[in-house]
Amino acid sequence: MKSREYQQIDPQALPTPVRTPPHDHPQAGGGDGRKEPRRTPRRKWEVFPGKNRFFCDGRIMMARQSGVFPLTLGLILVTSGLFFIFDCPFLVKHLTGCIPAIGGVLFVFVLVTLLQTSFTDPGILPRATPEEAVDVERQIDDTGNTSYRPPPRTKEVLINQQVIKLKYCFTCKMFRPPRTSHCSLCDNCVERFDHHCPWVGNCVGKRNYRFFYTFIVSLSFLTAFIFGCVTTHLALRAQGGKGLVFALKESPGSAVELAICFFSVWSILGLSGFHTYLVASNLTTNEDIKGSWSGKSGEGVTNPYSHKNIFINCCSVLCAPMPPSLIDRRGLVPAEESAQTSGMDTERPKLNNKSEMNVVGGSLHLVFDVQESCSDFSLLLNQTKTVPLPARSLVACYSPNTVSVCFPVSECCVKVTPLCAVFQLLSKVCIDHAFYWVWLVVFYGVHQAQLLVCLHQAYIMEGNCLSFNKSTEITVFHCSFV
Amino acid sequence: MSDPLFPDGTCTQQHAVKNRYQTEIFNMAETHSLQDMRQQAAVAAKVFVQRDYTSGTMCQFQTKFPSELETKIDKQQFEETIRTLNNLYAEAEKLGSQSFIEGCLACLTAYTVFLCMETHYEKVLKKIAKYIQEQNDKIYAPRGLLLTDPIERGLRVIEITIYEDRSFTR
Repeated sequence: MKSREYQQIDPQALPTPVRTPPHDHPQAGGGDGRKEPRRTPRRKWEVFPGKNRFFCDGRIMMARQSGVFPLTLGLILVTSGLFFIFDCPFLVKHLTGCIPAIGGVLFVFVLVTLLQTSFTDPGILPRATPEEAVDVERQIDDTGNTSYRPPPRTKEVLINQQVIKLKYCFTCKMFRPPRTSHCSLCDNCVERFDHHCPWVGNCVGKRNYRFFYTFIVSLSFLTAFIFGCVTTHLALRAQGGKGLVFALKESPGSAVELAICFFSVWSILGLSGFHTYLVASNLTTNEDIKGSWSGKSGEGVTNPYSHKNIFINCCSVLCAPMPPSLIDRRGLVPAEESAQTSGMDTERPKLNNKSEMNVVGGSLHLVFDVQESCSDFSLLLNQTKTVPLPARSLVACYSPNTVSVCFPVSECCVKVTPLCAVFQLLSKVCIDHAFYWVWLVVFYGVHQAQLLVCLHQAYIMEGNCLSFNKSTEITVFHCSFV
Repeated sequence: MSDPLFPDGTCTQQHAVKNRYQTEIFNMAETHSLQDMRQQAAVAAKVFVQRDYTSGTMCQFQTKFPSELETKIDKQQFEETIRTLNNLYAEAEKLGSQSFIEGCLACLTAYTVFLCMETHYEKVLKKIAKYIQEQNDKIYAPRGLLLTDPIERGLRVIEITIYEDRSFTR
């Protein structure tokens, strides 16, 4: 493999991939196969790239995997229902009428905060626009880095005299703000990411942490309250030598409640206690688990976000002004960006020999000319094929007659050689000729658009395997992100 | 100039093929990109003012003057705009007694007030939107610039679009 000098591909010289190309016949529109170019504008939640589900026309959102949220809801409803049906009448008669009132208030609190935790946007950061991504890339490259080594993907900032490393998120194409983390289940960067809670079926982040905290605190009160009431109820019934078994037979629902409450009260109380500690020290579960500020990594590492006062910490977490949702779910998608954000469009026959690349959200459409090469390399077929590419691929069209397929190889592929990376790509491309000249511009490396691997030579495709003939050469050089 | 896709200038048979296509490809590439530029004639460039994290996770933007705007606008003016925006965002996120009372009240009602009432943050965001509109109308539009409200970019950046000076192309 020969390695060559690097050249920057100037992004200005490349046609912008996000623009809808001029066409002489109407193209298919968004992912649902509508044909007219003009149609009712769509709301942004319909083209949201993360793994979320939206209800009520974008007003309510959850993670795509609802986890055990139905179980949580079911347990709470069942236990509370049994409490009101079986225990309250007895306790009202023998003790006081406050009991169902308190129980009712707690139940309403728990339910409302649970629904708010599950249905609120946790603080999702919208993904960077392509122009922003180019700009970030340019700022990194301004250091004059033309060496083979990929530029660093962390940025250091000084917060309250602490050095914090900001990581670059490949999916969202931006440097994550401090305390932001990318949730792999929801495929979103979430601000002040605490954890992804399967019990509520959503991430817990900046915007819904207070709901979550109120939920677990009120749930622990409710569970403890029901547990206490049921015990009192059974104790009162078993009075006078009648025995516990008799009491349970008279009120079978109480047995169920007792079991549920007994097993859950400890973990819920524990969780409440843990989160109270987190709130008081202005930490997130994520940071606590990783031990970011515990001083393991060195001396003098303290939490730079803490206000050093328990009361102020609690206020800033629970009583701070409610931040707005940044993803604007119910906004309308602007018409000229609909090509950029619309979903997959898998069978759109391409127009002519000019290769027009559309970056359509997370997956893309690529049309390219493959030139079949025979032994004398003289035959030029100019066939066009439309192939869907793996998600997160980007295309820079270097020239109309070349295939330019650029995709960020995921981190796990970094250790793989360039050839293998190409294999992975090409094996998804259904080309069924024997010999090809394919110009592939493959982005490969830890940073998007760090290296270009260009295949000049023909290769043989047998089934899903690729092998290169002896004269394969690979050119590696640096390129700017487009 | 050596083409990155064809860095090897030697003329083997394979490279002869490459070179044959090269000219054709280059010509088409050139026309292609000229067409693109003409269609994008309005927007010359976009400048992004990134966030400033030195005071933590609060929403603040860097006041560093971008070099692309040197010929377009006065440095003082620009810094004044950014500083005012920073102050407005700080006001939105401020932990004052008013926000404390609002927070406690909200907690007591199981946060259902958020469904009915406009939060303090949203009120300040409206103020910010108005301020940006005003700045655009008075200062930036006459100079061929446009500020985009950061909320439309997820509070990540302030996007400043530089429009090409049409008077030169006439």
